[in-house]
Amino acid sequence: MTDPANAIRFILNDAEIALDTLPATQTLLDFLRLDRRLRGTKEGCAEGDCGACTVLVGRLTEAGLVYEPVNACIRFTGSLNATHVVTIEHLSVPNGPLHPVQQAMVDHHGSQCGFCTPGFVMALYALWMGTPQPSRTEVEKALQGNLCRCTGYAPIIRAAQAVAGEPGADPLVAHRQAMADRLAGLRNTDRIEVGSGKDRVIVPASVDDLADAYAENPGATIVAGATDVGLWVTKFMRDIGPLIFVSHLPELHRVSDADGVVTLGAAVSYREAEAALVARIPALSGLWNRIGGEQVRAMGTVGGNIANGSPIGDTPPPLIALGATVTLRRGQERRTLPLEDFFIAYGKQDRQQGEFVESVAVPHLPTGEHLGCYKIAKRREEDISSLLGAFRVKVEAGTVTSARIAFGGMAATPKRAKAVEAALVGQPWSEATVLAALPAFAEDFQPITDMRASAAYRLLVAQNLLRRFFAETQGRAERLVRQVA
Amino acid sequence: MNKHSTIPAPVMHQDLRHDSGHKHVSGRAEYIDDMVEPVGTLHAYLALSDRAHAEIVAIDFEAVRTAPGVFGILTADDIPGENDVSPSHKHDEPIFAVGKVHFWGQPIFAVIGETREAARRAARLARITWRDLPAALDVDAARAAGGTLVTEPLTLRRGDVEAGLEAAPRRIKGRIAIGGQDHFYLEGQIAFAIPGEDEDVIIHSSTQHPSEVQLMVAHVLGISQHAVTVNVRRMGGGFGGKETQGNLFAAVAALAAKRWNRPVKIRPDRDDDMQATGKRHDFVVDYDVGYDDDGRIQAVDAVYAARCGFSSDLSGPVTDRALFHADNAYWYPAVKVRSEPLYTNTVSNTAFRGFGGPQGMMAAERWIEDIAYGLGKDPLDIRKANFYGTDDRNVTPYHQTVTDNIIGRLVDELETSSDYQARRKAVLAFNTMGGVLRKGIALTPVKFGISFTATWYNQAGALVHVYRDGSIHLSHGGTEMGQGLYIKVAQVLADAFGVGLEAIKIMATTTGKVPNTSATAASSGSDLNGMAAYDAARQIKARLAAHAARIYEVAEADVAWVPGGIMAGRQFVAFSELVASAYLSRVQLSAAGFYKTPDIHWDRANGRGRPFYYFAYGASVSEVTIDTLTGEYTVDRVDILHDVGRSLNPVIDLGQIEGGFIQGMGWLTTEELVWDARGQLRTHAPSTYKIPLASDVPPIFNVRLAEWSQNREMTIGRSKAVGEPPLMLAMSVVEALSMAVASEADYRVAPRLDTPVTPERVLMGIKRMRTERPA
Repeated sequence: MTDPANAIRFILNDAEIALDTLPATQTLLDFLRLDRRLRGTKEGCAEGDCGACTVLVGRLTEAGLVYEPVNACIRFTGSLNATHVVTIEHLSVPNGPLHPVQQAMVDHHGSQCGFCTPGFVMALYALWMGTPQPSRTEVEKALQGNLCRCTGYAPIIRAAQAVAGEPGADPLVAHRQAMADRLAGLRNTDRIEVGSGKDRVIVPASVDDLADAYAENPGATIVAGATDVGLWVTKFMRDIGPLIFVSHLPELHRVSDADGVVTLGAAVSYREAEAALVARIPALSGLWNRIGGEQVRAMGTVGGNIANGSPIGDTPPPLIALGATVTLRRGQERRTLPLEDFFIAYGKQDRQQGEFVESVAVPHLPTGEHLGCYKIAKRREEDISSLLGAFRVKVEAGTVTSARIAFGGMAATPKRAKAVEAALVGQPWSEATVLAALPAFAEDFQPITDMRASAAYRLLVAQNLLRRFFAETQGRAERLVRQVA
Repeated sequence: MNKHSTIPAPVMHQDLRHDSGHKHVSGRAEYIDDMVEPVGTLHAYLALSDRAHAEIVAIDFEAVRTAPGVFGILTADDIPGENDVSPSHKHDEPIFAVGKVHFWGQPIFAVIGETREAARRAARLARITWRDLPAALDVDAARAAGGTLVTEPLTLRRGDVEAGLEAAPRRIKGRIAIGGQDHFYLEGQIAFAIPGEDEDVIIHSSTQHPSEVQLMVAHVLGISQHAVTVNVRRMGGGFGGKETQGNLFAAVAALAAKRWNRPVKIRPDRDDDMQATGKRHDFVVDYDVGYDDDGRIQAVDAVYAARCGFSSDLSGPVTDRALFHADNAYWYPAVKVRSEPLYTNTVSNTAFRGFGGPQGMMAAERWIEDIAYGLGKDPLDIRKANFYGTDDRNVTPYHQTVTDNIIGRLVDELETSSDYQARRKAVLAFNTMGGVLRKGIALTPVKFGISFTATWYNQAGALVHVYRDGSIHLSHGGTEMGQGLYIKVAQVLADAFGVGLEAIKIMATTTGKVPNTSATAASSGSDLNGMAAYDAARQIKARLAAHAARIYEVAEADVAWVPGGIMAGRQFVAFSELVASAYLSRVQLSAAGFYKTPDIHWDRANGRGRPFYYFAYGASVSEVTIDTLTGEYTVDRVDILHDVGRSLNPVIDLGQIEGGFIQGMGWLTTEELVWDARGQLRTHAPSTYKIPLASDVPPIFNVRLAEWSQNREMTIGRSKAVGEPPLMLAMSVVEALSMAVASEADYRVAPRLDTPVTPERVLMGIKRMRTERPA
């Protein structure tokens, strides 16, 4: 019998898995395909973008057992302790009846070459469990993280809206409590450590234990959602071990809303953050569904989006505009700094060795202030921003009394447009002021030309977004909205 | 119980599911990477150039050799036969670069590892000493560097173009740059080679062209074709990207397998796949068009320059096909079109659904649009004024007479069913409000020539076995990449024998069953293989009929095939019973079928002939909304009417049309290939290369087949090819975006958006409109 404290234990379909040794950076996809020879789950891109590798991962939350679609290609096996991994093979037995989702896909001709299909089935399965009769918009949202090159999606959308059967009879739903109990038994109360050297996997027992573990291993890599770190391995073949996994820690999943501040633990996923943050700050709603696809929103974390310091992360600009702060921890020491000060230069953040992001605090938007957030990308959804602008102004008696404007994709870090802000503050909030402020963008930003957009486009759009923001504060909200019946 | 004894209903022309649908959805459809590997399987991984053009001065393999898990290294020196996989047989496409690399991403050597991971990591470790050479990355640079061509250019000429241009009351000159496209098949390139005794090798290859893989591997190994067997059960998408691009991977796997006598698999990761394999050609078309005050074209003179990459590959036939479609559906009284297939220091471009045709047609639609904005008319009126006639005005630039023209009827029907005129009025009215959002609507036609222009490719074989129990094996030379070829051919065979589909087992494609096959390409799969299977059935049926006449003592003329069996005089004999007795009477129950497309010929030197057996037609209407502050847009509604003749399987054809349209829309909107100044492709994964999503599908998407159409030619079931033509229906999206942009200058300046029309191109187009807007 494997020592439970020294093994990663989870349920794969029906089987209990205990791994007391594993390559630290092994992906769930490689574990499935190479170790378990479960080959229904496909590799399409190995970067969490195409969804061909979609599986469901059930995990315990405060609200009980939740199944989420996950890109197995960038999820590390070592992060799976106390989860239930469900692959396409679990949905039907060979030559047996198909699952209702599978049957709908067959009936509506939702597959052509079939390679993306298992991933689509799993994404639709996740949707159907929670929303048996989805609207077209809900279907499209559920499929943002799945690429199909053959069908043009139309038959898949038809299938998604025609799934027969009730989720209540589905084994995952019907046996949710029993599975939850099994998973609770697999939760680690002590730190799990397997492997050695670069191949060491550390699964801390608590945040305090995480702080200790990181202090002991300052060269380790902390992994939350792995939507970025996963690519360091699959794309760049970097040796990033030992790894410390944090996404299982309940404390880091906490979302609180008190004293005018929404606080997000570092492992709060986009999906988990949505309810609290978007409800509190509706200007973020348009952005939230355009961050990655469903799988990435289930895996990826706001904390990670900040910690990785990307100049094109989607959350820092609006959070900077809102005046968010980030709390860093090393051992038992904590410090809190304004988010904008965290980003120092490209690839360089104000984070000391052994220090990790513990939480992010986002103040509410004070009543009467305006906030606008605009993401611009080549493709409307599941794309990395060409640029992203967040605008916040306070207007008193017709005059701008404060302005916080931040952009992603315009500089080497998420950055405030201080010259533009200065051009607005103290001026009447008017079209003339806005037009007069436009040249200041070129003082704030000298964007680059790359595969996403040219410098000229970025600068022109940044200016136009200020014009849009102004118009919206005047009640003229002419925004492109995809009209779906 | 005899399970084949019920009377089956005919299945041709019926809606039938993809034969693998239930396996796709359950993850039990097996792709090459899913096959159980024999013990001892090794993995190959390619080392790619990180220079666009450079001499290789020296390679130090030490770090590769000593890396963990490395089994061996394969270089050009290890190739017993030819270091070449050029499908044009120009010997310009080495497997491994020798002395020099011609593009960023070119394979230099392969590492053979105990695991794929080990091979992949080690492949990066060679220390290469380079001497950089000047690189020409695009059409303009290639021309500036002397304009080296990778293959012979083509000129099509009819009438006196110079006189036509001189005499025309109006004239426009312009240029359109048309971007390329990555195939983004979800299953990347892969091959798995298993060595056998003597010179034998079996290769599982994700290829549209198993016979060519077989030939290439034989050349590379220096052995005869008969020693090489290539198997293809299915591909996870092809789209032209596996017509020739699988050759290299199969050759590397086979080389390693024979050298070490171990099974060897090779699968590049997505980034390497996108950098090392060819794409749709991007073109720059310069045109000079004369027309009259009614918008009727008098003469067209155009040059189609293509970025071909470093080798010829299929660039000859691709650029030829661009010229074959320089007319789209329009008659030109005088025309001269020339191709310029340029050598560039980029990956060698290749086949992609439409095969140059889409680029040819996109240019034609551009000058139609220029004329319309020049005259201040609805582009649809200009299109109609220039459509081919039926009895006159019907000769193409390659001197083929169009005899099956239905574009007029098709467009008229679509114009009505889509409510085009009223919607165009509404769009114009919306735009007069002058808001931030603008709309556009456009109707564009498609006429696409069906047949390989390499005439000898228009042949196919099938092998049909009928077993004693009445069950049937169907093999043919076509490959299944999702398009539904297997089910269509099975439908043909089922009806030919009067049996149900369950009697037929569709066999994986293999060179061992049917030799010398053509690529499953040029939309020809069901036309060719359906006919070949039909021919095999015909032979077996003739023997069975003769047998029936003998044993039931009726005249052969009194034997009639009916669903479920035959009528021998007044007696019904079930198929299985007939087969059982035929076996006992020693009747041969197997046949090789064959088909070659009749009546086609092509004289390339003189630019004359009948390269196409027939044409497929279609038309679409797209309506869009753009945001003039950001250039972002939505495609709000699309209506399509498409001609597949008498459909063999309407739901399968519908899938091809919907899928082809969306793929075409991706090509023309968000799928942008970007190379940096050093020649590296920067869009080499889905994170940077954006194919359409489910949420890009138009919320209103009405797709109909022209049900009244049937092929005038004797094709199988009077159907028409469907693989490629629908892709070009997406041109209406570009034209609709153009119209929305043109609203900024009161529709008096042609927007001339290059493709893909990204949000950036829309916004920059609007900016240009504002500067060039007439006072």
